Amino acid sequence: MWGIIRQKVAAGGGSPVARIRPVVSNLRNYSSAVKQMMVREALNSALDEEMSADPKVFLMGEEVGEYQGAYKISKGLLEKYGPERVLDTPITEAGFTGIGVGAAYYGLKPVVEFMTFNFSMQAIDHIINSAAKSNYMSSGQISVPIVFRGPNGAAAGVGAQHSHCYAAWYASVPGLKVLSPYSSEDARGLLKAAIRDPDPVVFLENELLYGESFPVSAEVLDSSFCLPIGKAKIEREGKDVTITAFSKIVGLSLKAAEILAKEGISAEVINLRSIRPLDRSTINASVRKTNRLVTVEEGFPQHGVGAEICASVIEESFGYLDAPVERIAGADVPMPYAANLERMAVPQVLCFLYDSSIDGCYKFLVY
Amino acid sequence: MALSKLSSPSSLSTNILKPLTNSFLLHRPISTDTTPLTIETSVPFTSHQCEAPSRSVETTPKELLSFFRQMATMRRMEIAADSLYKAKLVRGFCHLYDGQEAVAIGMEAGITKKDSIITAYRDHCTFLGRGGTLLEVFSELMGRKDGCSHGKGGSMHFYKKDSGFYGGHGIVGAQIPLGCGLAFAQKYSKDETVTFALYGDGAANQGQLFEALNIAALWDLPAILVCENNHYGMGTAEWRAAKSPSYYKRGDYVPGLKVDGMDALAVKQACKFAKEHALKNGPMILEMDTYRYHGHSMSDPGSTYRTRDEISGVRQERDPIERIRKLILAHDLATEKELKDIEKEVRKEVDDAIAKAKESPMPEPSELFTNVYVKGYGVEVFGADRKEVRGVLP
Repeated sequence: MWGIIRQKVAAGGGSPVARIRPVVSNLRNYSSAVKQMMVREALNSALDEEMSADPKVFLMGEEVGEYQGAYKISKGLLEKYGPERVLDTPITEAGFTGIGVGAAYYGLKPVVEFMTFNFSMQAIDHIINSAAKSNYMSSGQISVPIVFRGPNGAAAGVGAQHSHCYAAWYASVPGLKVLSPYSSEDARGLLKAAIRDPDPVVFLENELLYGESFPVSAEVLDSSFCLPIGKAKIEREGKDVTITAFSKIVGLSLKAAEILAKEGISAEVINLRSIRPLDRSTINASVRKTNRLVTVEEGFPQHGVGAEICASVIEESFGYLDAPVERIAGADVPMPYAANLERMAVPQVLCFLYDSSIDGCYKFLVY
Repeated sequence: MALSKLSSPSSLSTNILKPLTNSFLLHRPISTDTTPLTIETSVPFTSHQCEAPSRSVETTPKELLSFFRQMATMRRMEIAADSLYKAKLVRGFCHLYDGQEAVAIGMEAGITKKDSIITAYRDHCTFLGRGGTLLEVFSELMGRKDGCSHGKGGSMHFYKKDSGFYGGHGIVGAQIPLGCGLAFAQKYSKDETVTFALYGDGAANQGQLFEALNIAALWDLPAILVCENNHYGMGTAEWRAAKSPSYYKRGDYVPGLKVDGMDALAVKQACKFAKEHALKNGPMILEMDTYRYHGHSMSDPGSTYRTRDEISGVRQERDPIERIRKLILAHDLATEKELKDIEKEVRKEVDDAIAKAKESPMPEPSELFTNVYVKGYGVEVFGADRKEVRGVLP
């Protein structure tokens, strides 16, 4: 009998349950014909190819040029395309974001980089009121083919003001598209799609993923490679429970699925890729198959992405649910600095324990 | 009192009655007469970090007459909009431009339709100046299909991209970085055109203005920031909002020019000068000393923070349409009667446009879901009642 998967935080000092060391699925056990690519490289190559293909595309942001990018995403681009197309801006988000949107009004295709999306709040009026709503207010006269990109969500030890996740904020706005890649394939395909898209796209990366490598096929490496916007990817097929995630959490969910598999639970992991438009049909089809849903995200729980997915599933697939939807999110507190508190504030890969005393109810415990 | 801090214009009549060149009365219709005429502006320009342009403005009878006609149209349009609002045919916000017409008209005369203009929410006349029609204005105000934004924008969101008018913005100050972005794109595309980003004295204290100006100056963008200083930011007089109300100097390292905004010829001269400057040397600030007769919007009587004497004083001494009328009469370019006839024609045009606009239908319900995106990927979208009101984004 499958019950609900519950999250329970071990009380400080409580005896940890027997640790199960997860055998993380080693994605590197592929044949040597498949190339490994870091997410950082994937983003860099996507920017490079799109700038090369379309002279209207240009990049602006803090330290994107001479510094080679705060996270080295734009490495080499200044050298290749010159200071007219790779622009170092002063630390004035409201100003340079407005300038980017104005350039998009005229017909150029700016890529505006925020050093982190926390700083996008200084420019959020331009993202929402100047970019998202213009095509509608002008009844199609003024389109805004702009991409706002940068790292989003928690990094490591950066504290409360630098760890906020903005997925739910931007995804609530009609007129915006919000994408969040996980793997290098996602990063390449979605960034290329975003730059080619004629509407404003908010592209939420993750700092901790930049250095991670993923296998990429020849198709992904091709310069015409592009992923569709609005389509989620089923990273792992399963039949007992659906787990939805985006960005870094996809990795954690895959690890969790491995652990669950050892317990005999087959989890289906959905990599959302697109937060707006949300791929409701894939999510609902999956829930109709598995009858259980766990949404996982790093951001704050209230009014979050998981809340939207839960509402969507209840609207469309209520009769298929065998148990209430479980929502796993970051702790409802500003991000603390101390390492142990920080660990508690963000979902972690968990170990599981089958607690026979509660008739098949599984518990999550933090290690 | 705000106005006492203004330099008073030297007496109107003595300047305009002394043309610098004689205009020979030719027996052909004044509306096509392009005999050059040189007229002095009401006051000299005051400059900051640059050489002021000459007070002598080149014009023609044809141009002066078109100024008169267009400004009369704008004036009549705004007054008609006032009545429509009071009749509850226009809802929400309605910010009227009457009194400030010379800025819109003078600017058009100094630039081309390939240059770009972006402004805030007091945009009806700017839109008309860029080539918009009265029907589009009234239809949009009343939320009808024939409006320039098909009824989906409203008073504050008029656009005409094909003649370089980028709106119509409701957030105070946002249009300034957007305008600098337009200028960036013009430079990037090597178009040899400029952007005029208009804002009010209220917006002049916005941080994003200085952020955008800094970047524009650093990158030599062909952006001209135009402060339409009507001396009141909503209900707050300029001296209560700005430590330094010399807006043309606020650019510090950016050159500025103070212009009599009630004198269409001065505005024309300043805009021509600014365009030449911006194409070579980067951004510039123009401060247009102007005045609005109406309150901030239709919900503001406009007389709680300024006296009726002040308003009528400006109307008598500095009205932009009266100035052009006097010029035309003084130079014998048309008779009183001819000008009155023009005003009658304009009134009729406006009335006809309103009648036609009233017949224009409201947008189809399916329009609720159009233009959310350029490319909607067939995504489903919902109205308030998710079962009943739904659509697919094309």
